[in-house]
Amino acid sequence: MPLIELKELEKSYGAVKALRGLNLNVPKGSLFGLLGPNGSGKTTTLRIICTLLAPDSGQVQVVGLNALKKAREVRRAIGYVAQDVAIDKILTGRELLKLQGDLYHLSPVYRDQRIEELISRLVMSDWIDRRCGSYSGGMRRRIDLASGLLHQPQLLILDEPTVGLDIESRSTIWQLLLELKNKGTTILLSSHYLEEIEALADQMAIIDEGRVIAEGSPKNLKEKLGGDRVTLRVREFSDENEAKKISKLLETIEGVRQVVINQLQGFSLNLVVDDESVLKCIREKLASADLKIFALSQSRPSLDDVYLQATGRTLMDAELELVGQRDMKLESKNAMR
Amino acid sequence: MTISTSAVSSLASEKSSFSDLMQETFALTRRLFLQLARRPSTLVAGILQPLIWLVLFGALFSNAPEGLLPGGMSYGRFLGAGVIVFTAFSGALNAGLPVMFDREFGFLNRLLVAPLCSRNSIVFASVIYITTISLLQSLAIMGTASLLGYGWPGPAGLILVCFTLLLLVFAVTALSLGLAFALPGHIELIAVIFVANLPLLFASTALAPLSFMPSWLAWLAAINPLTFAIEPIRAAYAGPLDLDIVLIHAPYGDVRGFDCLIVLTLLTIGLFLLIGPLLNRKLA
Ligand SMILES: Nc1ncnc2c1ncn2[C@@H]1O[C@H](COP(=O)(O)OP(=O)(O)O)[C@@H](O)[C@H]1O
Ligand SMILES: [Mg+2]
Repeated sequence: MPLIELKELEKSYGAVKALRGLNLNVPKGSLFGLLGPNGSGKTTTLRIICTLLAPDSGQVQVVGLNALKKAREVRRAIGYVAQDVAIDKILTGRELLKLQGDLYHLSPVYRDQRIEELISRLVMSDWIDRRCGSYSGGMRRRIDLASGLLHQPQLLILDEPTVGLDIESRSTIWQLLLELKNKGTTILLSSHYLEEIEALADQMAIIDEGRVIAEGSPKNLKEKLGGDRVTLRVREFSDENEAKKISKLLETIEGVRQVVINQLQGFSLNLVVDDESVLKCIREKLASADLKIFALSQSRPSLDDVYLQATGRTLMDAELELVGQRDMKLESKNAMR
Repeated sequence: MTISTSAVSSLASEKSSFSDLMQETFALTRRLFLQLARRPSTLVAGILQPLIWLVLFGALFSNAPEGLLPGGMSYGRFLGAGVIVFTAFSGALNAGLPVMFDREFGFLNRLLVAPLCSRNSIVFASVIYITTISLLQSLAIMGTASLLGYGWPGPAGLILVCFTLLLLVFAVTALSLGLAFALPGHIELIAVIFVANLPLLFASTALAPLSFMPSWLAWLAAINPLTFAIEPIRAAYAGPLDLDIVLIHAPYGDVRGFDCLIVLTLLTIGLFLLIGPLLNRKLA
C-alpha cells in the first residue's frame, strides 16, 4: 500500500502553472527521491502533502487519510523539513526543539529524552545552547532535521535537505536518513542533485514542469534505458570534418545508436551501444578505415541519461534555463499567510 | 452501562485535548516571553515613553491655577489616568508585531505543519503575552505616579483600574492581530501603529477635559474608546468608587461609569467577532 498517493494534482500561482496533473505513489518503507530541476514543482508538491498548501484540484492521500480533510491527523504522522529553514534567531536550539516538542504534544519527559538523543545523534552538543541566529547553514539544517524527527514520525519529508551544505553536514544527514530507512521510516526527499538520489533513493520519480515523467527504482530506470554509454576519440583534439566522417561510419554499424559529436570535448563522439560485441565491430570498422583509437571509455547509463532520455535535455541545462528567472522575493511574499 | 463508559471515554479525550491546548498555548507564550527577556528594549521603551509624558506634562502644568480642572483635581493626578491608559493602549497596539514577523519569516509555517489542537492557541498566546506586558507597564506607571504624589486608588478602585485596562487591552490586541494578518508586511503595520498612536491620545481626555476642547475635538474625544477607559480610572483615583455617576458630559449626552465599561465590553466582543473570520481564513 502506498503511504502517499497523489492523483492529478493541479496548482497554479496566478498565471504560473506549478503542477499540471501530477501523479505520485510513495510505497511504505521506501526512501523515495523526487528528482527535478529548479522550478519543476518539487516544493509545491511537498507543501501540499504536508497540508501547508491546498491544490486547485486532485486527490491527496497520506498515511491512508485524505489530507485535505484529516489535516491534523496527517500532520501528526509527518515530519517536515522545509527548504528554507525558518528558525527563531533569538531562541537557542534547545529551546526551539522544546517548543517543537510541545507543539506535537510530547510529554515533557519523553520530549527532553528525545532532544538528548537527537543532540548526540546529530552531534549538536557544542552549540545547541547557543542562539540560533549564530548558526551556520549546516547547523540550521541539523536543528531542522532534529525538529522534524522529534516526534518519531512514520513519514519524513525533506525538501532539498543538503543544498549548499558542507560535505561533513551532508554525509551526517545522508547516514541518518539511511539509518532511519532501515528502521522502517518512510522518507520522501526532493533533490536536484543526481548523486544524492543515486546515493540514497531506492525508489524515485523524475518531475518536470509539474508532472511526473518517469517513476521506478533508479536501477530499473537505468536498465530500462538499456545500452552502454561510450565516449570515443581518435586523437586528443580532433576536428569537425574528421568527427563527421567517423560519425557516419559508426552509424552504419548495427547496434550503435544516438551518435553525437561533442564539440566542447575536442570533437569527441558520444554514442550508445547495445552490448559488448558492438564495441568489437567498432574497433574493426575503424581499423579498416585506417583510424586509430586514441581513447575509448564505456559506462552504464546514469540517472543523467535517464533524465536526458525523458526530457530531451540534461538536468544541468534545465537548471540553467530556469535559474535567475524566478523572483524569490515575490514568491515568498505570495506564499505568506 | 455502555452509555456511561462512552461518556467517560469521551470525557477523557476531551480532557486530553484540553491539556494539549494548554501545552501548545503555554509553549507559544513562553517563546514570546523568552524573546522579550532577550530583547527587553521594547519593554523598557514602553515604560519610558509614558514616564516622560508623566513627568514633563506634569511639570508643564504644575503652576496651573487651582480649581482649573473639574472637581479641583491637581493636573498631575488628572494626567495620571490618561498616561496609564495610554501605556496599556500603546503596548497592546504592538501585539501584532511578533505575529507579523512570524508570517514574514515563515516561522508561522512551522506552527501550521504541527498538529496544533486549535490554531487559536497562536492567538491566545499573543493575548496572554501582551496583556501581561501591558498590565505590568501600566502598574509601573501607576507606581511612579504615586511616588510623584499623584495618588493611588483604593482596593476597589484598583480592581476597577485593572478590569478597565484588561478590556481595553483585549480590544486593542484584537485590532492589532487583525491588522497583522490583513496588512502585507511589518512596515505597513508599524506605520499604522505610528499613525494611530498620538492622534488617539490627543483626541481623548488623557491630557485635557472635554470642557477645554473646541466642540469638534470634544466630539471626537467623546467617542474615542480611550476616553471610555480613562474616565473610570480617573474616577477610581478621585475618591470612593461609584460607577453610577456621570463621568463624561459628552455632546451627545451623559455617560455613566457603567456605560463606559459596557461600551468597552461591546467593543472588545465586536472586534474579536470581526477579526475571527480573517484569522480563520489565514490560519486555515
Ligand atoms: N509563491 C509562489 N508564487 C508564485 N509562483 C510560485 C510560487 N511558488 C512557486 N512558484 C512557481 O511555481 C513553479 C514551481 O515552483 P516550486 O514548487 O518551488 O519548484 P521547485 O521546488 O522544484 O524549485 C516555479 O515556476 C515557481 O516559480
Ligand atoms: Mg524547491
